[in-house]
Amino acid sequence: MSGTWMTTRAWLLMLPLLVIMVAVIGWPLVDTVRLSFTDAQLVGTAGNFVGFDNYAKMLTSSNFTRTLSTTTWFAVISVAAEMVLGVLAALLLNQEFRGRAVLRGLMILPWALPTVVNATLWRLIYNPEYGALNAALTQLHLIDDYRSWLGEPGTALAALIVADCWKNFPLVALIALAALQAVPRDITAAALVDGAGPFNRFRFVILPYLAGPLMVALVLRTIEAFKVFDIIWVMTRGGPANSTRSLSILVYQEAFSFQRAGSGASLALIVTLLVTVLAVAYATLVKKTAGSAA
Amino acid sequence: MERKSPVFTAFVYVCALLLAAVILAPLAWLFVMSISPAADLAAKPLRWWPQAADFSRYAQLLSRAENSAGAAFTSSLRNSLEVAGMATLAAVVLAVPAGWAVSRAPSVGWSLSMVIATYMLPPVALSVPLYMSLSYLGLLNNVFGLALIYLTILAPFTTWLMKSGFDSIPHEIEAAAMIDGAGLLQTWRIITLPLAAPVVATSALFAVLLAWDEFFYALLFTSDQRAKTLTVAIADLAGGRVSDYGLIATAGVLAALPPVLIGLFMQRALISGLTSGGVKG
Repeated sequence: MSGTWMTTRAWLLMLPLLVIMVAVIGWPLVDTVRLSFTDAQLVGTAGNFVGFDNYAKMLTSSNFTRTLSTTTWFAVISVAAEMVLGVLAALLLNQEFRGRAVLRGLMILPWALPTVVNATLWRLIYNPEYGALNAALTQLHLIDDYRSWLGEPGTALAALIVADCWKNFPLVALIALAALQAVPRDITAAALVDGAGPFNRFRFVILPYLAGPLMVALVLRTIEAFKVFDIIWVMTRGGPANSTRSLSILVYQEAFSFQRAGSGASLALIVTLLVTVLAVAYATLVKKTAGSAA
Repeated sequence: MERKSPVFTAFVYVCALLLAAVILAPLAWLFVMSISPAADLAAKPLRWWPQAADFSRYAQLLSRAENSAGAAFTSSLRNSLEVAGMATLAAVVLAVPAGWAVSRAPSVGWSLSMVIATYMLPPVALSVPLYMSLSYLGLLNNVFGLALIYLTILAPFTTWLMKSGFDSIPHEIEAAAMIDGAGLLQTWRIITLPLAAPVVATSALFAVLLAWDEFFYALLFTSDQRAKTLTVAIADLAGGRVSDYGLIATAGVLAALPPVLIGLFMQRALISGLTSGGVKG
C-alpha cells in the first residue's frame, strides 16, 4: 500500500472530527474576534465597527485590573497549595502501612465528585447560620460567634481556595505517587548507604523523577484555575462586593448579564490571550524539565 | 533495607489517619445532612448524628409528582443522562477512526494536537457566538444543542485515549487480515475493535464523567426542565430559597453517585492514563 494513499485515508478518517471541531470551536472563535471590534448587543442589533474601543475600555477599567488580580491570587495560591499537599500526600502513600490501598482508593473520591456538588457541599459547610464549620469551631471554642465565611470580603476568597484545594490536591497526589513508584529502589538504597539525609534524598534522588509529571500537573491545574468559573459561581457568584470575581465571571456578566456582546467578546479574547501566553511559557518549561530529568 | 524507627511508624499512621479524615469528613457530612431531620440541621449546638435516619428526601427527589422538587430533579437527571449519553456515543464514534488514523499515519498527528489544544480555550471565548448560533438554529434550551457542544469537549480526550490504545495493537495483525481480503471496516470489526475494547470502554467512561460534570454551557444554554442538566438544577437549589439544607445535600449525593462509582471502578485505568500522560510530557 502506498504512503500517499495511507495519508489520504488518514485525513478522510480524521475529517468528521475536524469538521465538528471547526464548526463548534473554530468558527465561533473567529466570530468572537469579529464581535470584539463591534458594539453588538447579545440580542437584536448586529452592531457597528468600533475598532479597538472595546479593548481600550476593558483594559483600562478598574473592574478588569481588580478581577485579574483576584484571579491570579486564586490561581497561584490554590495551585501552589495543591502541589505541596499533593506531594506530601504522595510521599505518605508511598510508605508501607496497613490500609494503604484503601486510602489510595479514597483519593479518587474528591476528584470524581462533580465540581458543582463540591461547591454546593462547601457552601453548606460554610453556611453562616447552620454550617458545620461554624458549629465545629464554636464547639471547640476556637471562635465565639458564628461567622459568614463566604459573606465577608476578608474570608470569602480563602474559603473558596480551601474548597478548590480539597477537590484537586488528591489528583496531584495520585500523579506524584505514580511517579514515586517509578523511582528504582536500589537508587534510594544507595543514597541511604552513602549517608544522604531525608532532605537530600528527596531533593537529589526523588525529585528528578517527580519533576516531569509534576510540571504537567502544574500546567493543567494553572490553566484550569485561571479559567475558573463553576466553583465560584455556585459558592459566591463573585461576591461579596466582587471580592471573589474571576475573569470568566466578569466576561459572563459583561456578555450575558449586561448583554454587551461586543465588549464581552473583547474581554473573553484578552483572557484567552493570557491563558495562551501562560500555556506556551509552561510548555517551554516542561520541555526543559523533561530534558534535564532524563 | 531502610530501618524504620517506631516513632517514624507512629508518625506515618497519624498522618494516614489525618489524610483519611480530611478526605472523608466533608463527604460523610454531605451524606449525614441528607438523612438528618431538618430540625437536627438547624439545631444549636449542631447535632452531628441524626437521632433517627430519615431517607424521605431521597423518595421526595425521585418522585415524579407534578410541580414538586422531585419533578425538577428527575427531569434534570434525565436530561443529564441524555446529553451525556448522546455526546459520549458521538465522541466514541468520531474517536475510533480519528484515533486509528493518527496511530497508523503519524504524519496527520499535528491535527490531533491542534484539536487537543482547544482544551486551553476558556469557554467564555466561544460562548457569545455559540449562544447566537444556537438561538438562530432553535437549539437553545435543547438537549441536542447541548450534546453537540459537549461533543467538542469530549472528542479530543476520547481520540487521544483511542490513539494510545491503537498504538499498542501491532500493525501486523491488521495487515494479515487485510491480505486475507478483509476491508478496513471488516478489519476493525474483527481484529482492531475487539482488541481495543478495554480502551473504548475507558474512554467512554471518561467522556461520561466530563459530560456529567459540565456546568458553564449548561447554565448559559438551558433555561427550563426541557434541557436543564443536573449541575444546573443543583446550582439552582444551592442558590435558591430552599430552607431544607438536607434536600440540597440529597441532590448532591444522588448527582455524585454515578461519577464516584465510575471513578472507583476505573481507578486503575485512570491512574495509568494520568501517569502515561505525565511521563510522555
